[in-house]
Amino acid sequence: MATSAQEREEKARLDDAFSALYKAHLRDVYSYSYYRVGNHHDAEDLTEQTFLQAYRHFERAQRESDGRPLRPWLIRIAHNLAANYYRDRSRKPQTPIDDAGVISTPLTTEGLVEDRDDLRRILSGVEKLPDDRREALIMRFALGMDNREIARALGRTDGATKVLLHRAIRQLEEIVRADEGPTEI
Amino acid sequence: MSEQFADFEGLLRRALTPVEPPAELEARLELTLGSLVDLAAGELESWELRAMRDPRNWARPVAAAAIGSTAAVGLVLVRTQRRRHKRRSESHGAVDLVGRTLRDLRREARRVADDVF
Repeated sequence: MATSAQEREEKARLDDAFSALYKAHLRDVYSYSYYRVGNHHDAEDLTEQTFLQAYRHFERAQRESDGRPLRPWLIRIAHNLAANYYRDRSRKPQTPIDDAGVISTPLTTEGLVEDRDDLRRILSGVEKLPDDRREALIMRFALGMDNREIARALGRTDGATKVLLHRAIRQLEEIVRADEGPTEI
Repeated sequence: MSEQFADFEGLLRRALTPVEPPAELEARLELTLGSLVDLAAGELESWELRAMRDPRNWARPVAAAAIGSTAAVGLVLVRTQRRRHKRRSESHGAVDLVGRTLRDLRREARRVADDVF
């Protein structure tokens, strides 16, 4: 039957497109999830749930995206799932984010130790930020998203997102400097 | 504070370095998505994705495993209990009865383990 053949063809096209989306953004979704929940175990769950839900709604998302990148849509799914995760379990990250990438690199010189301390203070400060500011920073710096993408993921205007990011960075700087204590003269 | 701290955004970028997903996650996801691709669109609606996407149910597989273990233990006990009259009639004294009961327990545990695993 012609219709059935067309449907199969359309489904195969969609599946190929989804496979490409998955391969292109698995690391993004995982990174976002990791920095949101603070541990690998829950980040894996969150990533898995994100792609399962994305697959379910992929056809509509592709239709409505009008050719725009789907990464913000994926991250928005992860964002909503993470919000439910905390709301339902009434909890915040149980472990500090401390074992990602550079932070866990073995250190050999004094300069590197100092550098590592700075990075650790920054990560600790990120955890103290309000949710929306923390998320904006994760999207910008861990995922490399631009203002427009972040705006779409958070459901805000480009202008509001620019302000959000600016304030997030300023607040984080204040937190980190306060954490460092008074400067010696 | 180190001098490098002056480049705050640079440090922030390094602190929030992208995290590579574990290889097991990739393998698991590809398997799951591969299975999904094989399902017809109509079947997807009735699939248990609805329940799975709810984070409240993420602990479900763990609970299922725990329930499975409890059920297996229960099954061993029920099967062993069923043979209690036969054991009693065949046993020669209390010590013999305990020995026969333990042997039955071991045998049933092996059978259930074979069925389950």
